[in-house]
Amino acid sequence: MNLLPEPYAFLQTALAAGLLASIGCGVMGSYVVVKRIGYLAGGIAHSVLGGMGVAVYLGAAPLGGALAAAILAALFIGWIKLRHQTHEDTLIGAVWALGMSIGVIFIARTPGYAADLMGYLFGNILLVSPDQLGRLTALDALVVGFVLVWYRPFLAVAFDEEFARLRGLPVTFFYLLFLCLVALSVVLLVQVVGLILVIALLTLPAAIAARHTTTLGRMMVLASALGMVFTSAGIALSYWWDLPSGPVIILVAGSAYLAATLFSALPQKRLRP
Amino acid sequence: MKRAPAIQVENLSFAYGDLPVLEGVDLEVSEGEFLGIVGPNAGGKSTLLKLLLGLLKPQRGRIRILGTTPEKARRLIGYVPQHPAFARDFPVTVEQVVLMGRLGRGRLWGGYAKEDHAVARRVMEEAEIADLAQRPVGRLSGGQLQRVLVARALACEPRILLLDEPTANIDLRVENELFDLLRELNQRMTILVVSHDIAFISRYVHRVACLDHTLVCHTTGEIDAETIRQLYGGEVRAIHHHHH
Repeated sequence: MNLLPEPYAFLQTALAAGLLASIGCGVMGSYVVVKRIGYLAGGIAHSVLGGMGVAVYLGAAPLGGALAAAILAALFIGWIKLRHQTHEDTLIGAVWALGMSIGVIFIARTPGYAADLMGYLFGNILLVSPDQLGRLTALDALVVGFVLVWYRPFLAVAFDEEFARLRGLPVTFFYLLFLCLVALSVVLLVQVVGLILVIALLTLPAAIAARHTTTLGRMMVLASALGMVFTSAGIALSYWWDLPSGPVIILVAGSAYLAATLFSALPQKRLRP
Repeated sequence: MKRAPAIQVENLSFAYGDLPVLEGVDLEVSEGEFLGIVGPNAGGKSTLLKLLLGLLKPQRGRIRILGTTPEKARRLIGYVPQHPAFARDFPVTVEQVVLMGRLGRGRLWGGYAKEDHAVARRVMEEAEIADLAQRPVGRLSGGQLQRVLVARALACEPRILLLDEPTANIDLRVENELFDLLRELNQRMTILVVSHDIAFISRYVHRVACLDHTLVCHTTGEIDAETIRQLYGGEVRAIHHHHH
């Protein structure tokens, strides 16, 4: 069903993709913000390029490669975090750079695909095909489903790992599953804004939502709603001004975040003598 | 058959790498006891608690909690940490935190059972934080947060309550209230409280163990000046007892 006239059907698909991605990113982005693991999520996001590059080289769908790479990176980084905490950021940085290098090398060896590198890095939501929407919906359902079913243990592990362990919860299992869900949301988002900009869209709506909510559940709902507003507004603006959609979406989200930060800082200043 | 003691520690030693923290610690706590563990900072008090909880493994010696291993006994212990391991700005309400004490019973999926909510309500009333149930943890005073942590531990319906420096971040009035609460709880559970404040806890506990790498004294009566000197006045002792 096309709500817009035929020439604008691609816009409708793009908007739908933005809305779908916003749900997964609102939910997992809230965890990322409250757990302060933006760097870790960045490592997963950038390693995705490796999977996409290999998939493209082999003539497979980039989404499959992205999924495989994201899950692998999530499990590897999770294992690092659990075993070798002292070198955590060095190792995450290595995964980050290795993933990107592998991706760039494979894309360079793939005839005729070099032009798409920009699309993977900065996103081109206007190229999302209608059948990709089905896959995005499935990924969303998976992320939201897991979080709904295991809301209590996820909350406990995110809030206080030590206490969760003392209650006999399988903390390692939930931690790794949690990172895999972050990986899934990252893959969702890469379709919309590209992997360089993923972290901004994962964290900015959640960071704004954190200021206005008192429970994680409400934070997730508000973050998802804000994400939807930012992606829709970004897509509309990029269409009107004929600018790349990914960066425009991030500019919208970033401006909103700065405005929210300034707004909440103002009344406190006035109180000072 | 003789009832197993609540806590039984035999010849326990532990080191972080090359740094020995505990050496040859023996300790027995019977059920229903209210024991205070005092000692200087870095004397190994928190480490001992982590060993009792099975979060650390001893290099030597044996620990039995209620007749079994620390790992197996974990769910029978309520633990109140010194520093909350969570971020204070985490978006979570007091009630949600207390309910986490109910985890590890029954299924993990879905919501809490009716009984869980009932227990959470009861322990929040006991800890006098029922009116704070919907407040986010970021908007609690130090004393209120301490009560929330105690309530969370009570929600586990523990047989042993372990508290690590429960008075570190609260003022004296709140401190008294907290210990009055602990004295009440002691009617139905064993309590072990770690503190550096000897004078204060000796008014409440049945027995005091002094821990400085090893259990240096173990008095049943009031802590006297000599004990305090033994624990804290290394130099003082060296001057007075250079014949050892």
